[in-house]
Amino acid sequence: MEPEKRMDKRIRVDLNLELEQNPIIISPFESLSEEVLFLILDLLNWNPLDRKSFSLVSRSFYKLESCHRRWLTPLRSDLLPSILTRYSSISHLNLTLCSRLTDVTLASIASLLSSSLRSINLSGSRSYTHKGIECLADKCFNLEEIDVSIRVDLGDEVAAAIGKMVKMERVNMGRCRKVTDLGIGCIAVGCPNLKLLSVKGCVGVTDLGVKLVAVKCTKLKSLDVSFTMITKKCLPAIMQLPNLEEFCMTGCLGIDSKAFVILKQGCNTLQALDMSNCEHMTDSGVLSILQKCPNLFHLNLASCSSVNVSILSGLKSMCKLGSIKLDGCKVTASGLKSLSNSCISLKELSLSKCLGVTDEGISVIVAKHKDLVKLDVTCCRYITDESLSAITSSCTSLVSLRMESCTKLSSKGFWLIGQCCPKLEELDLTDNDLDDEGLRSLAGCHNLVSLKIGICLRITDNGLIPIGHSCPRLQELDLYRAIGITDKGVSAIADGCPHLEMINMAYCTNISDESLKFLSKCSKLCILEIRGCLQVSSAGISAIAAGCLLLSKLDVKKCCEVNDAAMFSLARYSHNLRQIHLSYCSVTDAGLLVLACLGSLQNVTMLHLSGVSPKGLATALLMCHGLTKVKMHSSFKLSIPQALIEHVESRGCSFHWMNKPFQVDFESSELWKQQSHDLFVE
Amino acid sequence: MKQTIGELGIELSSDSKMDLKLTRNSESFHNPNSSNYNLNSFNQAPQYFPNLSPTNFLSRAENLQQNLKTKSTNTFEPNLNSGMATQNPPLDWDPHAMLSNLSFLEQKIHEVQSLVQSIIEQQAEFSSRPSELATRQQLATADLTCIIIQLISTAGSLLPSIKNTLLSNNPALRQLVNPDFNNNLKCEGLMRNFPETAKNSEYEDLLRNLDNEADWMKEPNPPPESDIVDTNPIDEHDLKESDDGDAEREHLPPGSYIVLQLEKEEILAPHTHFCVICGKGFKRDANLRMHMRGHGDEYKTPAALAKPSKEPGSDAHPVTRYSCPFVGCKRNKEHKKFQPLKTILCVKNHYKRSHCDKSYTCSRCHAKKFSVIADLKTHEKHCGRDKWQCSCGTTFSRKDKLFGHVALFQGHTPALPMDEVKASGSGQGNDEMTEDLGGYNGNFASEECLTGMDVKGIDESRAYFSPMNFDGFGALDEFGRGGFDLEDNPFAFIPSGFGQRSGDS
Repeated sequence: MEPEKRMDKRIRVDLNLELEQNPIIISPFESLSEEVLFLILDLLNWNPLDRKSFSLVSRSFYKLESCHRRWLTPLRSDLLPSILTRYSSISHLNLTLCSRLTDVTLASIASLLSSSLRSINLSGSRSYTHKGIECLADKCFNLEEIDVSIRVDLGDEVAAAIGKMVKMERVNMGRCRKVTDLGIGCIAVGCPNLKLLSVKGCVGVTDLGVKLVAVKCTKLKSLDVSFTMITKKCLPAIMQLPNLEEFCMTGCLGIDSKAFVILKQGCNTLQALDMSNCEHMTDSGVLSILQKCPNLFHLNLASCSSVNVSILSGLKSMCKLGSIKLDGCKVTASGLKSLSNSCISLKELSLSKCLGVTDEGISVIVAKHKDLVKLDVTCCRYITDESLSAITSSCTSLVSLRMESCTKLSSKGFWLIGQCCPKLEELDLTDNDLDDEGLRSLAGCHNLVSLKIGICLRITDNGLIPIGHSCPRLQELDLYRAIGITDKGVSAIADGCPHLEMINMAYCTNISDESLKFLSKCSKLCILEIRGCLQVSSAGISAIAAGCLLLSKLDVKKCCEVNDAAMFSLARYSHNLRQIHLSYCSVTDAGLLVLACLGSLQNVTMLHLSGVSPKGLATALLMCHGLTKVKMHSSFKLSIPQALIEHVESRGCSFHWMNKPFQVDFESSELWKQQSHDLFVE
Repeated sequence: MKQTIGELGIELSSDSKMDLKLTRNSESFHNPNSSNYNLNSFNQAPQYFPNLSPTNFLSRAENLQQNLKTKSTNTFEPNLNSGMATQNPPLDWDPHAMLSNLSFLEQKIHEVQSLVQSIIEQQAEFSSRPSELATRQQLATADLTCIIIQLISTAGSLLPSIKNTLLSNNPALRQLVNPDFNNNLKCEGLMRNFPETAKNSEYEDLLRNLDNEADWMKEPNPPPESDIVDTNPIDEHDLKESDDGDAEREHLPPGSYIVLQLEKEEILAPHTHFCVICGKGFKRDANLRMHMRGHGDEYKTPAALAKPSKEPGSDAHPVTRYSCPFVGCKRNKEHKKFQPLKTILCVKNHYKRSHCDKSYTCSRCHAKKFSVIADLKTHEKHCGRDKWQCSCGTTFSRKDKLFGHVALFQGHTPALPMDEVKASGSGQGNDEMTEDLGGYNGNFASEECLTGMDVKGIDESRAYFSPMNFDGFGALDEFGRGGFDLEDNPFAFIPSGFGQRSGDS
């Protein structure tokens, strides 16, 4: 119980500070006022173990912590009633991690949290039906938000039950495919305060239902009707909503340009419009939208293949459009020019995977829009350093720059980024021709939070060490297949970036246990991928387990040296571990059994574990209650009793039976990159 | 179909033996194109029958002509290229087409087989729902009817008298051997083109009788009106809207037509055709003729069994209209603004509707009453099918009407279909759930040591047996839903094409 003790100490330090200010108080724990303790609790947010330690101080602290907690994300539903008797003032309940959630559980939640519950998220949980929702509707009269998405078998009854919640404001029914207009109608009539509604992927919803929502729910601010069968008939009603700010209609094939051209009245309040994947949308439609919705800020036209950007030149310059996504559209230099002329207040631009993006186009755009904040030119393979010099010379306030697979860029361009974009927080240079010189110059971006330099085979420690020294805010680092990186580089990162939450070092074959020992200093680390790092052994994993208590996702596939010892450490320390990839490791039955004792474990991939017997596997499956997804080799399908598999499935776990052959040796990263490039050329 | 007929102002009768009407109908549908075509094909005919003796040919041609004229049936399509005949060599019996017909039949038989099989399997369930069993049986009967028709027409293409002479020249026959034909109407019309064939009239009668049952199997979209002119005995209820005879639409000047007035008893008589020997009554002449065969061999000759053909001078028959015998009725000839009725059927229906008691009550809603049984049938088709219901109890036949209603009024909600709610058994489930819940709260309140969502708590309580998994409850629920699925689409096991049609019946 080492971690708890450590945390206790920490709290005591806090209290001692209080004591120094009030030396008269003799019994510090009992005489601290509730307000002070609540303030302390307010600050104990990022690590759940801190709160636990707090509640273990004394009986009154325990009680206070119970009263203070408002948010809860339990891992298992079977203990929920007992948890809720302790935490009676929970207002936001997130049950997405509970794979199996029965109506009885929902009924007990309803009775235990009747007046305090305001928001409940049931997305993806299985087994509950409309009866459970009806219980919530009966008792939780303050419920304002509900998410029942990703339940393809839920029908109109659930919608009708939600329709009984009078105070309901935010409803997400995404991918409830059996919901029809009737259900939506019930919600529209029953929830007059509705502000957000998502019926994404509810294929049974048509114009009638959406129209009724538009008529009845005048407070609606956000509406998502993506992938439904709506046509132009419901648009006039939607556009008359007085408060609508966000409207998403991705993949609505029934909507074409005419729908907007014939529209008499636009929506003055509309700020965000998502029309991605609307294949029948053309220039005239986009133009009339922009004319009729004068306050539009976000516009998403991704994959609207028939939209030609140059039409925007017809617009007057009063357009307030600030963010445009043109992913996958056909773009020309002249089109970008007219875009830059008409959209004077452009802040965010995405040209990801656009064909026809050239240096000329980029230069024209950035010359006009010096305060561009986000730019995405992923897979625009024809841009060169010329574009980069244009971008960096004018857009000095750039925060996010994504340039994956822009292979024509050189270190000169990267140097410009490092020099001119000090505000840059997100930089994606995956699959670029980045070398040490370029990487070193990127150290000038002191505010980097996310840096992705995967598949840059030429970088070494010499490039990475300056990053570690000068980017203290770094949270996310992707070094996928950066084969030149060794322990030295990683140690610089571990020293310089204490906030690191995610690091991907897959196939960095020169990494050893030392790297992991350095990284164990990063106490916030929750995602670690070291797939194919052959030098890593159990010692390294143990160090990570002991140091990074928040670890939730671990990928040690093909780390052949990792054995049961690592599993023991993980079982001991990593109580937040949710996902683990163990294929090709040297784990045996014992290690698997110990790992299965982790209550938090939900997602396990274990292929080609030579030391594991069917019996051990079966026992582990039985012991691990929280499992939701297991990937195993199909040879086990016969050796594990069918009844056992069914039993585990009934607890909410889904099995994925893989049939991949055992891979003896792994191809080198150079070969791998060459192959991927060959694919592109073809 | 009803609408189309109504718009055209054409009256069709279940009693297809009304010669008078037949003439008129054929006139009203007289299609210049088709008649041209028919004549053309007739004119061209000689070159394809070089071996026929002149007399033989003449009588054949006469027959043909008469048929084409009186029926204007048009199983042929007007735009069918008559030149096609020259391209196809005569005696072209297509074995491929025959094979595809046969395989179609085979598939059909398999379908019926599986249907009957399913009836056997689900016999227990049907005992509680007799109406569903009846529907299934009706479906099986219809399938069998279809099979018989197909079989006959397929075999008909092999009849030697047809095969050798007319096949090459008759597009309709080619249509028959065409694999894609499926309209039994066409078969019927086709058969009538060869009345001199020995067994043809029998086919004809058989087909016509079958037609009454097979009628509902017709495609939802009406075929071109020329197809259904006078040859099809259509169920009475399909004619309801037009059978009050809108003479005013015709604007016949008074005196330009003969007014007949039937007596009340005559109108209400159930039968119009009576056997001269035994006195038995029939609704249809065809049935009477079939009946007559039992009275002696003289009634079995093709001539006796054939449909009585019209007199040559019948075309010049004066226009006849009918008057209602009820004095004071607008349809009575004494009335100042007399509006005559067009046909005898109109008279019958008008008299029953306007001047008789409504003795037929709907067996579903027990509220609506009708005096014409066809009206009742029409109503029963739709009664209870107002499946779009509002929380206020109002029902609508169309979804958009319901949503319009809900949008208009405050507090009205679309109601979910009742059977859906019932099938999921909400009431029962809720009771059970609250009981379980009672047990719960006590349970957990007493076990203070288990409170805690922390990691340690979870570890410790792993062995704790939770009463959470109410598998019995879950099973009950799943069972309920399964039942609903079955009810929702009772024809789920039938091929989709049939499910569609059965929905209409």
